[in-house]
Amino acid sequence: MIHLERRPQPSRLWTATTPLIAVVLTMIVGGTMFAALGTDPFEAIRTIFWDPLFNTQFAGFTRPQLLVKAGPLILIAIGLSIGFRAGIWNIGAEGQYIMGAICGAAAGLALYPSESPLIFPLMILAGGLGGWAWAAIPAVLKTRFGTNEILVSLMLVYVAENVLASVSSGLLRNPEGMGFPGSRNFKEWDAAHNAEIVAGTGMHWGVVFAFIAVIAAYVLLTRHIQGFNIRLTGEAPRAARFSGVNPARIIFLCLGISGALAGLAGLFEVTGPAGQISIDFNSGYGFTAIIVAFLGRLNPIGILLAGLLMALTYIGGELAQLMLGLPGASIQLFQGMLLFFLLATDVFTNYRVRFGRSEVA
Amino acid sequence: MADNLLSLRGLTKAYPGVIANDDVSFDIRHGEIHALLGENGAGKSTLVKMIYGLVKPDKGEMTFDGVPFAPAKPSDARSAGVAMVFQHFSLFEALDVAENVALGMENPPKPGDLARQIREVSETYGLPLDPTRTVGTLSAGERQRVEIIRCLLQDPRLLIMDEPTSVLTPQEVEILFKTLRKLKAEGTSILYISHKLEEIRSLCDHATILRLGQKVATCTPAETTARELAEMMVGASFSAPEAKPHSPGEVALKVDGLSLPAPGAFGTPLRDVSFELCAGEVLGIGGVAGNGQDELLAALSGERLAPAASVWLGPRDVSREGPIARRDAGLLSAPEERLGHAAAPNMSLIENAVLTGARRQGMLNNGMIQWGTARGFAEQVIRTFDVRTPGPGTAARALSGGNLQKYVIGREILQAPEVLVVNQPTWGVDAAAAAAIRQALLDLASQGAAILCISQDLDELMEISDRFGALNEGRLSAIRPVAGLSIDQIGLMMGGAHDMEVAHV
Repeated sequence: MIHLERRPQPSRLWTATTPLIAVVLTMIVGGTMFAALGTDPFEAIRTIFWDPLFNTQFAGFTRPQLLVKAGPLILIAIGLSIGFRAGIWNIGAEGQYIMGAICGAAAGLALYPSESPLIFPLMILAGGLGGWAWAAIPAVLKTRFGTNEILVSLMLVYVAENVLASVSSGLLRNPEGMGFPGSRNFKEWDAAHNAEIVAGTGMHWGVVFAFIAVIAAYVLLTRHIQGFNIRLTGEAPRAARFSGVNPARIIFLCLGISGALAGLAGLFEVTGPAGQISIDFNSGYGFTAIIVAFLGRLNPIGILLAGLLMALTYIGGELAQLMLGLPGASIQLFQGMLLFFLLATDVFTNYRVRFGRSEVA
Repeated sequence: MADNLLSLRGLTKAYPGVIANDDVSFDIRHGEIHALLGENGAGKSTLVKMIYGLVKPDKGEMTFDGVPFAPAKPSDARSAGVAMVFQHFSLFEALDVAENVALGMENPPKPGDLARQIREVSETYGLPLDPTRTVGTLSAGERQRVEIIRCLLQDPRLLIMDEPTSVLTPQEVEILFKTLRKLKAEGTSILYISHKLEEIRSLCDHATILRLGQKVATCTPAETTARELAEMMVGASFSAPEAKPHSPGEVALKVDGLSLPAPGAFGTPLRDVSFELCAGEVLGIGGVAGNGQDELLAALSGERLAPAASVWLGPRDVSREGPIARRDAGLLSAPEERLGHAAAPNMSLIENAVLTGARRQGMLNNGMIQWGTARGFAEQVIRTFDVRTPGPGTAARALSGGNLQKYVIGREILQAPEVLVVNQPTWGVDAAAAAAIRQALLDLASQGAAILCISQDLDELMEISDRFGALNEGRLSAIRPVAGLSIDQIGLMMGGAHDMEVAHV
């Protein structure tokens, strides 16, 4: 019989190596699946993990995409991870992302066609505030009425999607757009354009903010008393109250940070890669970021790596569909395997496997 | 030998890194009450688990009534006639007594029959219990009766009881002892695990003493002094705490008409609690578990805010202030539950030092944690209170209960509080460590701190307190000087609310 035995302390070795083991297992099982689909598994894996970065033919196009896709994922996941550390489950980052984009875009568009250098900073501010305010709704409801933030934040995603549909064909619609839904294109308005900072790298202001968020979150969680309080609340809520932590304040802090960062990600996306508010500018980053947060084990550095890896599998997955004709579902399955194996191997950080007869003791 | 019910020969059980039992042999006779005595970690639990079929010995053998006995699982032990009452009850609060009893049986009879059987057994053995009551409404003593009756319904030949009196009032202890003596008279053998020496001396026929996994001796407790028993248990003579002479100073903590609603369905409301605690004084608060101890601690630590003007620290009303402000003002506390309340299980001892010591020990600089200072403080606690751990980076949950308790209490004491509130400061701590903790509390009082010690261990309270009061259903009795209090008076203070009279036998 095989059984699991709890370790007295979480194993450091396993904490560090499980992501690598999970990636290797995903490659083996995923490769088997691709082989069963009639594709050369080595070619498929190479297309997903190698070609987007190093293929001589199209890496020039796909490489910048890595940062473009990873930036918002990391920015949102960092915010979510801070809440998850405290046991506050904000599932609605997608909604905060949309509302941040709408508020930021609206603040800019209200001043069109000004070319003031203050326009973009103003939009950033408005974007962060929009996401923050949208996340404050579940926070207020939770602290006042004890509602479940998972349900409320998730529901608010659908509200936000409908708001988006409404404003993109109404309030924020481009007056010169000949009746098509969608706002003015920010790429054609320099003062509000989130352009690449270094051409050809994919590096835009959102990526810069993502890196800053990684560092700030790292300092917060390892050095600052508020970060300690957040971790304490997640580890042992009663001990946190005994220590003097105000649970309501932690809820507002965590939901506020994650909402603001998601809002910023939305603003940078809409003014940069997406270009305009449109009914489907959001591409699910808010949900994928949940996976990124867990893939990075709620650790800022881990999230940085996980965001890059996730972006890579997205770009590589699209490439594999295009080049090898693999079905889209198989790529999603492949990405699902990655999360599955990561969570599965995660067990070994806290438990060790024992073979032999189990004792009930 | 025919008059032995259970014989253990050379039982050995090793776990990675520790030998829990090393070549333990002793006999339990028919119809005797046999005590198993030892400090925490002496190997009592492992030994009992082997008898009850929860753990398989590495070496050695047992014979039960002359027949080789090697239970592979608890149901084997039960069918042979071994029953066990655990220290921690496994009862469902939302179910009634009869349902709870039925859940623990292999083949429960029909509900009507079972209720009748429960009544019969409870009357026969003087354990008043109504089978239709919901367990959530029962006192700890009554819950224990549910467990005992569950065992008795199986007609056991050997009944194992693990620290049964730790949750009982003196009166309830008397009821329990009458029951045990009656069982003994009927020929049932009892293995009685405890570290309370006086009750072993009055109840038990023989006692086997374990130390560090080995049997030290089997003796007749009635012919041995408590001090001798304790020394055999600890292995060295230890010093009982000594109160240094001091004269109480000004009122340090005043609680005035404190009432608070119950925090949850099974919590206890505080009702008009009032007392004064002077600098240099130890006030002991006794009472059976679940009578408002946790709630009182929460109201004093600041976890729950109290109505205005009900909690005074010196001249200052701290009723509406939270734990941080109260700590800054010199009011520190240590709750009963170590893991999850006084300490975060998965965090290191250094991080747990930050938990309460962040501000008083200067671990913060503009909100940034000075980990070096925190480590230094954790190491100081570990050194001063002899906490056995590989180092301050160890997770709290990896420490044994007694060691973590020393750490938690030491963490508060070393912060030099003006008022210290502790709940069950030596619960689950071995005798030597308990003596050290009590001594530290007394030393702190002699330096002028006021100490409120909430405990269910009356011996402890009598030993260290200057004055004594008891909580009953959230009410605090009158406070009396300890000198001259009799056990009967204490029992009355702890309250007659739980039916004390023995059912008519």
